[in-house]
Amino acid sequence: MAVLTPARPAPAVTPARGRGRGPVRRVPPLVLAFVLVPLLAEAVWVFWPALQGFYLALTSWDGVSPPRFIGLGNFREMAGDEVFRTAAIDTVLWLVLFGGLSALLGLATALLLQQERRGVGFYRAALFLPVVFSLVATALVWQAIYQPDGVLNQLLDAVGLESLRHAWLADQDTALYAVIVPALWRQIGYVMVLYLAGLKGIDPALYEAAKVDGASAWQRLRHVTLPQLRSVNAVVLSVIVIDSLRSFDVVWSLTRGGPYHSSELLSTYMYSTAFQSLRLGYGSALAVVIFVLAFGVICSYLVRAFREAD
Amino acid sequence: MSAHSTAVKRRRAATAGFHLGAGALAVLWLLPIALVVVTSLRSFDDIAAHGLGSLPHSFTVDNFRLAWVDGGQQRALINSMLVTVPCVLITLALAAMAAFALSRYDVPLRRTLLLLMLGGNLLPPQILLIPVSKLSEMIGVYDTLPALIGVQIGFGVGFYVFVLHGFMRAIPDEIQQAAVVDGAGPWQIFWRIILPLTRPALAALSALSFTWIFNDLLWAITVLRSDTKMPITAALIGLQGQYVSMWNVIAAGSVIAAAPTVAVFLRFQRHFVAGLNLGAVK
Repeated sequence: MAVLTPARPAPAVTPARGRGRGPVRRVPPLVLAFVLVPLLAEAVWVFWPALQGFYLALTSWDGVSPPRFIGLGNFREMAGDEVFRTAAIDTVLWLVLFGGLSALLGLATALLLQQERRGVGFYRAALFLPVVFSLVATALVWQAIYQPDGVLNQLLDAVGLESLRHAWLADQDTALYAVIVPALWRQIGYVMVLYLAGLKGIDPALYEAAKVDGASAWQRLRHVTLPQLRSVNAVVLSVIVIDSLRSFDVVWSLTRGGPYHSSELLSTYMYSTAFQSLRLGYGSALAVVIFVLAFGVICSYLVRAFREAD
Repeated sequence: MSAHSTAVKRRRAATAGFHLGAGALAVLWLLPIALVVVTSLRSFDDIAAHGLGSLPHSFTVDNFRLAWVDGGQQRALINSMLVTVPCVLITLALAAMAAFALSRYDVPLRRTLLLLMLGGNLLPPQILLIPVSKLSEMIGVYDTLPALIGVQIGFGVGFYVFVLHGFMRAIPDEIQQAAVVDGAGPWQIFWRIILPLTRPALAALSALSFTWIFNDLLWAITVLRSDTKMPITAALIGLQGQYVSMWNVIAAGSVIAAAPTVAVFLRFQRHFVAGLNLGAVK
């Protein structure tokens, strides 16, 4: 986007300028209103609720009688909460598996489909199409695949692997992994698009130079492509961590965290604690844990945005 | 054999290998979609007799009628549209205004405001769920579509402000100064100059935000309660409870729920992909 700014010669006398770019302008009231109205909308629906959320985490509340302040009681309870431990471990597993695999496979598909060949647009669109599906619709499709008499088991029968037949979503050992697959099916195309854009931005002269120096395809990947993708990697990493911690729809529509909390993530546990068990204080405390986990990523995101913004 | 023909052969092999690999990948990706479309067109008896994975032995569009009318998907789709369209329009309008002010004028604290707004969007929604549901109860909009519209706008606006700000900042100052010299006020500059120049970004963001808002489940089930007000995502889960293991109807429902976003994607594919990348340039 910087290309839009024409290069101009430095003026002989620098006019008085504010810290920002461009000459200092009086800010008309209309312009102030332009900022304040959206800010107000966000303040009402986001900033104020967020502050309340942090406060509610310190209370015990059933949603009917007024919240009772209990300090760090909710967090003490968490320490001994078996389900919380499962959900936390599953969330980390989700982060590593869902995050790691979608980054890896997204990069791999991008490397494959970056070549400008005939028909490549179709392949890209095919991988990308699931991105527009709602996770609910995605989940239902995969539920049909995972049924005891579903497509996956029929497939296993057909190739003579009857022994592997499973009630994939009803088995505590497989439920979480069975939920990750549809999430990946949908996410890989998204990550691929980010990497495709990154790959497109690499100067072809770098490859030419590497070729002249006799670098093999693997060496070019290792020493040219990957280092050049560093900024995209940072973006992908942030997207993945934030998406992982937000992941809710796909788990909720497939298993609701079950069976026996085996596919419980912090986000599903938070939702069911708050809105089904009506333990709003404890639910808020779980939300704070999710926030703390996301906080590092949010900060690094903002630091980068800060650098970009000026 | 000459070196030339070896090179041609090798290139042909590479092309064949590419199409084999990429083709297999595309088939693997499209297979679940094909499965759901085929299932939605089969009769229940056919599926019961031959299984979900078999080739179809029947053809019917009755499932769509069941999902659409009896399953309440028609109403749910209308609800979704009633939420999504105003949300996209209002969010983008508000975001464009804020981005314009923050990128073209020396609003005090503009960097801080920008990042504050972006930060609000990056918060995990879970921290907001309980307070937002209580807030909508308090102001009397709980279980109404305006509550859902309000929270979608409030939560989404920060991100769009950030993206549009980056885009508008790149517009040369001279254009604006020329307009000022011609006597244009801020509204005219915004409406007649900056907005038209921001069209590509706006198109990309609308395609993107349409799918995001349309596909949302979490906010909907947080501020809505009545089945008659639920958007299509929540209705789809309800359909699954209503038609347990009637995969033909559930598949038809999924097709209905996915159709609008797929249509947007196919129509605006270029914008859509551009939007994802716009969002990532952070």
